Amino acid sequence: MYPARFEYHAPGSVEDALEILERYGDEAKVLAGGQSLIPLMKLRFASPQALVDINRIQGLDAISEDDGFLSIGALVRHADCERSEALHGRFGVLGDAAPQISDPIVRNRGTVVGSLTHADPQGDWGSALMAAGARLEVVSSAGTRTIPLDELFQGPFTTSLQPNEIATAVQVPDPGARAGGTYLKLERKVGDFATVGVAVHLSLDNGRVGSAGIALTGVGPRNLRATAAEQALAGAELNDDTIRAAADAAAEDAQPRSDHRGSADYKRSVVRVFTERGLRKAAAAAAA
Amino acid sequence: MTETAVETGRFTYPVTVTVNGAAHSVEIETRLLLVHFLRETLGLTGTHIGCDTTSCGACTVLLDGTPVKSCTMLAVQADGHELTTVEGLAPAGGLSPVQEGFHEEHGLQCGFCTPGMMLTATALLAENPDPSEEEIRWALSGQICRCTGYQNIVKAVQYAAAKGKEG
Amino acid sequence: MAVSEEQVIRGVGHSVKRFEDGRFIRGRGNYFDDITLPGMLHLEFLRSPLAHARINGIDTSRAEAVPGVVAVVTGELLAQHNLAWMPTLSGDTQAVLATDKVRFQGQEVAAVIAESAYIAKDACELIDVDYEPLEAVTSPQQALAEGAPVIRDEKEGQTSNHIYDWEAGDKTATDHAFAEADKVVSLDTFYPRCHPAPLECCGCVADVDPATGKTTIYMTSQAPHAHRTLFALVAGIPEHKIRIISPDLGGGFGNKVPIYPGYVVATAASLLIGRPVKWVEDRTGNLISTGFARDYHMHGELALKEGRITGLRVNMLSDNGAFFADAQPTICKAGLFHIVTGSYDIPAAHVETEGAYTNKAPGGVAYRCSFRVTEASYLIERLVQNAAYELGVDPADFRKQNFIKPEQFPYKSATGFEYDSGDYGAAMEKTLEMLGYDDLRREQAEARAEGRLIGIGLASFTEVVGAGHGAEYKIAGLRMNDGAELRIHPTGKAVLKLSVKSQGQGHETTFAQIVAEELGLQPEDVEVQEGDTDHTPYGLGTYASRSTPVSGAATAMVSRRIRAKAQKIAAHLLEASEEDLEWQQGKFVVKGAPEKSTTIQDIAFAAYTNIPEGMEGGLEGVYYYDPPNMTFPFGTYAVVVEIDRGTGAWKVLRCVAVDDCGVRINPMIVEGQIMGGLTEGFAIAAMELIDFDEEGNCIGANLMDYLIPTAWETPKFELGETVTPSPHHPLGAKGVGESATVGAPAAFVNAVVDALAYAGVRNLEMPVTSDKVWAALQEAGLAE
Repeated sequence: MYPARFEYHAPGSVEDALEILERYGDEAKVLAGGQSLIPLMKLRFASPQALVDINRIQGLDAISEDDGFLSIGALVRHADCERSEALHGRFGVLGDAAPQISDPIVRNRGTVVGSLTHADPQGDWGSALMAAGARLEVVSSAGTRTIPLDELFQGPFTTSLQPNEIATAVQVPDPGARAGGTYLKLERKVGDFATVGVAVHLSLDNGRVGSAGIALTGVGPRNLRATAAEQALAGAELNDDTIRAAADAAAEDAQPRSDHRGSADYKRSVVRVFTERGLRKAAAAAAA
Repeated sequence: MTETAVETGRFTYPVTVTVNGAAHSVEIETRLLLVHFLRETLGLTGTHIGCDTTSCGACTVLLDGTPVKSCTMLAVQADGHELTTVEGLAPAGGLSPVQEGFHEEHGLQCGFCTPGMMLTATALLAENPDPSEEEIRWALSGQICRCTGYQNIVKAVQYAAAKGKEG
Repeated sequence: MAVSEEQVIRGVGHSVKRFEDGRFIRGRGNYFDDITLPGMLHLEFLRSPLAHARINGIDTSRAEAVPGVVAVVTGELLAQHNLAWMPTLSGDTQAVLATDKVRFQGQEVAAVIAESAYIAKDACELIDVDYEPLEAVTSPQQALAEGAPVIRDEKEGQTSNHIYDWEAGDKTATDHAFAEADKVVSLDTFYPRCHPAPLECCGCVADVDPATGKTTIYMTSQAPHAHRTLFALVAGIPEHKIRIISPDLGGGFGNKVPIYPGYVVATAASLLIGRPVKWVEDRTGNLISTGFARDYHMHGELALKEGRITGLRVNMLSDNGAFFADAQPTICKAGLFHIVTGSYDIPAAHVETEGAYTNKAPGGVAYRCSFRVTEASYLIERLVQNAAYELGVDPADFRKQNFIKPEQFPYKSATGFEYDSGDYGAAMEKTLEMLGYDDLRREQAEARAEGRLIGIGLASFTEVVGAGHGAEYKIAGLRMNDGAELRIHPTGKAVLKLSVKSQGQGHETTFAQIVAEELGLQPEDVEVQEGDTDHTPYGLGTYASRSTPVSGAATAMVSRRIRAKAQKIAAHLLEASEEDLEWQQGKFVVKGAPEKSTTIQDIAFAAYTNIPEGMEGGLEGVYYYDPPNMTFPFGTYAVVVEIDRGTGAWKVLRCVAVDDCGVRINPMIVEGQIMGGLTEGFAIAAMELIDFDEEGNCIGANLMDYLIPTAWETPKFELGETVTPSPHHPLGAKGVGESATVGAPAAFVNAVVDALAYAGVRNLEMPVTSDKVWAALQEAGLAE
């Protein structure tokens, strides 16, 4: 319950934060919400030499829409997302995920971007945002780049972020007016990680599926795209048969392991059930 | 609020925090958790510790009116902010509607989860003065009680909501 | 004569709002960790990462060099003071700090005493232990198999992992019943390891004061006097020089009954260093090393003849962990498990059990179990449910047909209990009425036709509490008689001192109400004190629902003693003879002359100012109550669930609980206890589990893995009552604190099984998680 000592920094700008990170190599961690990092430090599973607290940096806490993207800044809390009107309707996959992250009190501090950079394979945002085709905006002294989430997650708690980089926002492309989605999460109790999570994000084109994003939580070494399911849906009409086929394909895409939350067969079956339920819900939302 | 970037990494840090309306300026270890700052440094022992994985919410306090788990914040992160702990709930010489509700509706038994529950309830009613039972249970779903089975805690919050409506 | 509202004495039966609330709602509770003493140091443990390993050496030099560290204690150091091992409550020994081996993951290996807990933790990381891993034994079956490593090889004569054999009942009569049966229903089931997990973990502040020679220990203790005596015996400190103060406790549920290494090491450290030492357990320490509950492998069989139960046979294997440290009375190694015939008139029963050591934390008797009644009640209620299915009889009807009838009380059970009173049929009828049972069964059938799975589960428990009669019930040899000391002050207020110790049960209110009832004071005129061994009568404390049956009875009896003396003083004041006086709650009145009366307050004043010549002054007394028998609370619980066929997740649609705990002193507090117990019972049935992998790694040693439900998962409860007083308790009251944890798990499990019973499903193992339900759905062809 008692973290080890560390050098604490509270920079007032992104430039200052980057300068500090350069100094420490990979011995420093960025502190935003702290709802994943501080628990690790309390149990001494993580003992970074330095913490770079970015909470005093202005301009990182906005949810905004510009240039065809919905942008969620690095200091946007899960609770901000829960309350935001912008995350409903065509961004419903995000709006439905937000209230299911952890518990209501943790949501007051934890951040979306922090969750992505933490890259817990049982993290919900990873799937919801990956299904929505999101990319991470990342800055370093060399400039700004974007990383599609498919490329960000490399394995459990491992991302392609460099130690001298700070993620400043996650950007979600506008799926168009006829779009909808949802996030279904099976958890043993509020605050637990997903036994299985399924994110579905559909945009329709002339009554058929324009593009489909389906991503899975808790059934692989990282958040997984159910690519076979997505491909099966591309250009298809949404009916009982195509939905069931996509659900079966998603179950095949999953790589579950047996553990205390259930057997691999069980989790695979829930992927199928949730994909089907999710697609029906997303289809209804998109058509509305 | 700190104005300039801190140049060198610090093992200690001067914080200024307002707790229940009173300002405190103390130099503390940067690794000191907010809950230990409240309990040990300030001697406000009404905030409790029940776990080591941010699961139980016994440590819940209000940061600028918003519930946070004080075991999962560094005290330095509270610098420049306002905190409300259970000791700050009661108006002078009296009890807040939430405190009264917990007493009237037998919403506590051992009392260990009670400070956190009351603070979250207070924040809920500030935002949603007439919550449904479902909304109350949802708002409290980040906290654990082992004694009451929650039913009387819900009634306590409903009591406070009704009292609030009377004006 | 009209009685005004002011004159109504709020004694037994009143839902008086709690007097203790005032400090808790202001954040002014006084829990042990709120206590700071001058010069106080902090203790942190280094715990073993391995379940079973030899210790070849411990190097503490780097830890000792950390600035702020005052001492590093190892088993070797304690051994020099004969403190490395201590006796358990079950006649075994337990390591305080490991010496030769570690025997469970999380076992205490060393302790750092430092100026702050942060520093102590820093130093713990610098202790080097040379472990030689050994094969871990992670189940009692493995423990008792040929060739298993002997865990307690330090015990002379211990050549296996066998601890005890125990049996109860009549084997011959039972075998005969089974031979004559026309049907036998059997069930193999495991009551998993769970944990009381009170929200406040264990801990203490130990203060051995060199100036006075007095040792004061602020301690999370449900039994402060018993702990004081044990400390005196174990540590060799004279008992009058030990003061144990159990302050406000943030829950107990049996977790705060055993003596843990932390208390011993903190006290030894304080003695050696000469400064107070505080030990604050963290949640991981609590879950991984302190008194767990259950972990019972059970095989049960019911013999049936013409639809009636004629015999019950039970065979059990108990996983006791690395040290036999059950906190239970009597020589019954399985506690009060032999209540297993439950609410049913079963003429023959036989119970056999074996206990084994494993590489896990010690314990077994905890978590509102009434000394293993939880296990027994679960088994019989699951067996009875299955028997109903096998016979094609409605589960409510089958129970009713086999209940002990009201006219059979007091009832002698086949395993030797004498049940004091009960009316099981009445509780059942009330439950069925509250449920609308017949309509529900219709709804269930209609739902099934639509493809929806609804289940109705029942449990009609009888449990046994109030230990107990001194000749039979002892813990560590100490008779389980508890006491009450009552003194009335000159101005008519009173102080009541108890030997029991609340952990949230509301003693400061309930016991004041008993005095109110007996003496006609208002309950707010009675201050209740508990927990300080220097200032309260001796007793065995609060657990196993014994406070009301024992200290509650003592309170009534001491009040009556005082009333008897008050009558003499009244006679003196009224210049009448004692026989001419009549007691009307709060005053003595001359029979036939109602204007000649004197109040208890006037009598109290007189006790100090105007008493008959030759009478001893004052108005007080102490009473130690020796219960003539246990009390037998009972009830019927019903749960209605619906299962999601796609995920196996189940949700509770209704939970109806009818309890009969005899006379209810404070109905509001009783209902609070029941709802808390129902929640724990639900949690055990649905999600709580401490598990181990093959290497003995503990899964469930933190609250992310050990799942405790929040307000969101917890169902709503509909409560009902019947009242069948205990004939032997002075107030007719029985215990109630554990009824719901005893009765509820089977009700929940039966509900889920009931939803699938039509398809042949007969069992689901706790915790009944969604994946297990899904597997049953799959097998039955019912999965979505």
